[in-house]
Amino acid sequence: MRLALRELRRSRRRFVPTTVALALLVVLLLMLGGLLDGLYIGSTGALRSQDDELVAFDRAARESTLRSRVEPATRAEIEAVPGVRSTSGFGIALVGADVPRTDELADAAVMGYEGRVGGVPAPPAPGRAWADRSLEARGVRIGDVVRVGPTRIPLRVIGWVDDTNYLQQGGLWVEPGTWRTVLAESRPGAAVGDDVFQNVWIDVASGADPLRVAAAIDAATGTTRTITRAEAVLALPGIREQNATFTQIIGVTFLVAGLVVALFFALLTLERTPMLGVLKALGASSRQLVGALMTQTVAVTVVAFVVGGVVALGLDRLIPPEVPLVVTPGRALFVAVGIFVAAVIGGAVSLRRIIRIDPASAIGTGT
Amino acid sequence: MAFVQCTGLCKTYTVGGEQVRALDHVSLTVERGDFIAICGPSGSGKSTLANVIGGLDQPDSGSVVVDGVDLARAKDAELSAYRNSHIGFVFQSFNLQSHETALENVISPLVVGGVGKKRTRRAKGMRALERVGLADRAGHKPTQLSGGQRQRVAIARALVNNPALIIADEPTGNLDSHRGAEVMAELERLNREGITLVIITHDQAVAARAGRVLTIKDGTITETRGRA
Ligand SMILES: Nc1ncnc2c1ncn2[C@@H]1O[C@H](COP(=O)(O)OP(=O)(O)OP(=O)(O)O)[C@@H](O)[C@H]1O
Ligand SMILES: [Mg+2]
Repeated sequence: MRLALRELRRSRRRFVPTTVALALLVVLLLMLGGLLDGLYIGSTGALRSQDDELVAFDRAARESTLRSRVEPATRAEIEAVPGVRSTSGFGIALVGADVPRTDELADAAVMGYEGRVGGVPAPPAPGRAWADRSLEARGVRIGDVVRVGPTRIPLRVIGWVDDTNYLQQGGLWVEPGTWRTVLAESRPGAAVGDDVFQNVWIDVASGADPLRVAAAIDAATGTTRTITRAEAVLALPGIREQNATFTQIIGVTFLVAGLVVALFFALLTLERTPMLGVLKALGASSRQLVGALMTQTVAVTVVAFVVGGVVALGLDRLIPPEVPLVVTPGRALFVAVGIFVAAVIGGAVSLRRIIRIDPASAIGTGT
Repeated sequence: MAFVQCTGLCKTYTVGGEQVRALDHVSLTVERGDFIAICGPSGSGKSTLANVIGGLDQPDSGSVVVDGVDLARAKDAELSAYRNSHIGFVFQSFNLQSHETALENVISPLVVGGVGKKRTRRAKGMRALERVGLADRAGHKPTQLSGGQRQRVAIARALVNNPALIIADEPTGNLDSHRGAEVMAELERLNREGITLVIITHDQAVAARAGRVLTIKDGTITETRGRA
């Protein structure tokens, strides 16, 4: 420990390039992770905030809420299935929203719901909406009347809700009748009749197995496809691809971080072999020198993480709010642990070389 | 029992398929306070023997018992601790760290051994430098010292842990005769103060000052001059 820190202090400059490289990789990882999380959060909030475990689609809609229709008769059949405690209708209309004091249209998702959405209060009166707080960045204020769709249907914003967006569009939560009006005006071909919803969310009775209930529902109606909330989230367009792509890029970045550390300490060990040999001759054990290597690896990683973290936070402030970048504590922890593991594995590559340094032959050289 | 008891030491190196017997059934004893010179032609196995006695290397067979511990069977951690606390090494090339001052070099065995606080270590280091007459050069880097002074710094480093035994492998090999004599005088003085001294040398003049002279040839040892 003392050996390692002594050297770190003394030849600080030698460790700078690697620390900087690692710090940049930390920035990259936090940005990539933040973007992935931001995209995921902004795409899936409307579904993740549902209280209910199961959701029924029209089978032909292939798990797309926008394409799906569930008729009142089907809903009644669902409610008759054992294990179903209650159901809530749900529907979405994607629209442009004209915000007072601004020229641009904000992307919005008008959500018709009957309740049972975590964090969203009971449905407001017709013509009123709970707005997702992300719309604040687009100029929306509480009390504003935003006008949605081609016919500019007025909706008065009466309060904020959090993390309820759908496919990056700001959530506007309204009672079902208002939603049907917005849907009919914005996409006349997709208009639905009274009491028709796109989805029906299903509250499963406690003790009942959701998967069995889902199968029973689909068997009873013959026209629905019922899946879990988690499956519905993954069925959103692009979510799987997004996850897979980012996960690969992040994995490669961790690999690069490990290689940077491995290469640096391999070269450093090679260069220091005579010195390490002398230290062994003076009584340093292999274990002590390996400990020193690991201490230095950890020190470099910690400094790189702190520097990278600060830079990432700074960039986060500079990046415009349209970019869905969200750096969560969980993501920061993931990057910290990942970079630490990559660095330790990278550093361990030099372990064998250090153990095998022969003090007797190393002391022939040097000054 | 003798301070160092070597019995039947064998060590063979294989280089390019050929076997080189560096030590061939070497036995010797070293008593406390001895001053032993080990002579012999180049490649005869002198350094190998010194390294085995100093715990830098282990024999293929035979035993080296120092203070009751058999180094031939010791583990890396034990050997390291033994080198750190019992042995002072002085090498032909001084093996000082060029980016450290004389004092920092001298105290490195204390840092390695985790001895004392910083202030204690520096005090011990200064005392060792005083013993070799270089207290006024404590802050100098090796490049700012003469060859003889560098070797005396190396001796101070060997001394700093108060070892019972100093092993010097051609300590004057890189020095001119004047500076070589300076270093030898230093080592002889330490021997008179009670430190056991094993010196490996080509130099007959150096060997002449030793209490005992052992000669190695092709890995076999003979005592050419016994205790006075
Ligand atoms: N690490 C090694 N690998 C292979 N052979 C070695 C090794 N160390 C020593 N030898 C061989 O063992 C023999 C004895 O070497 P050693 O270094 O003990 O000789 P020496 O008497 O110290 O020689 P010199 O006076 O030149 O220093 C030599 O033939 C040498 O080539
Ligand atoms: Mg030699």
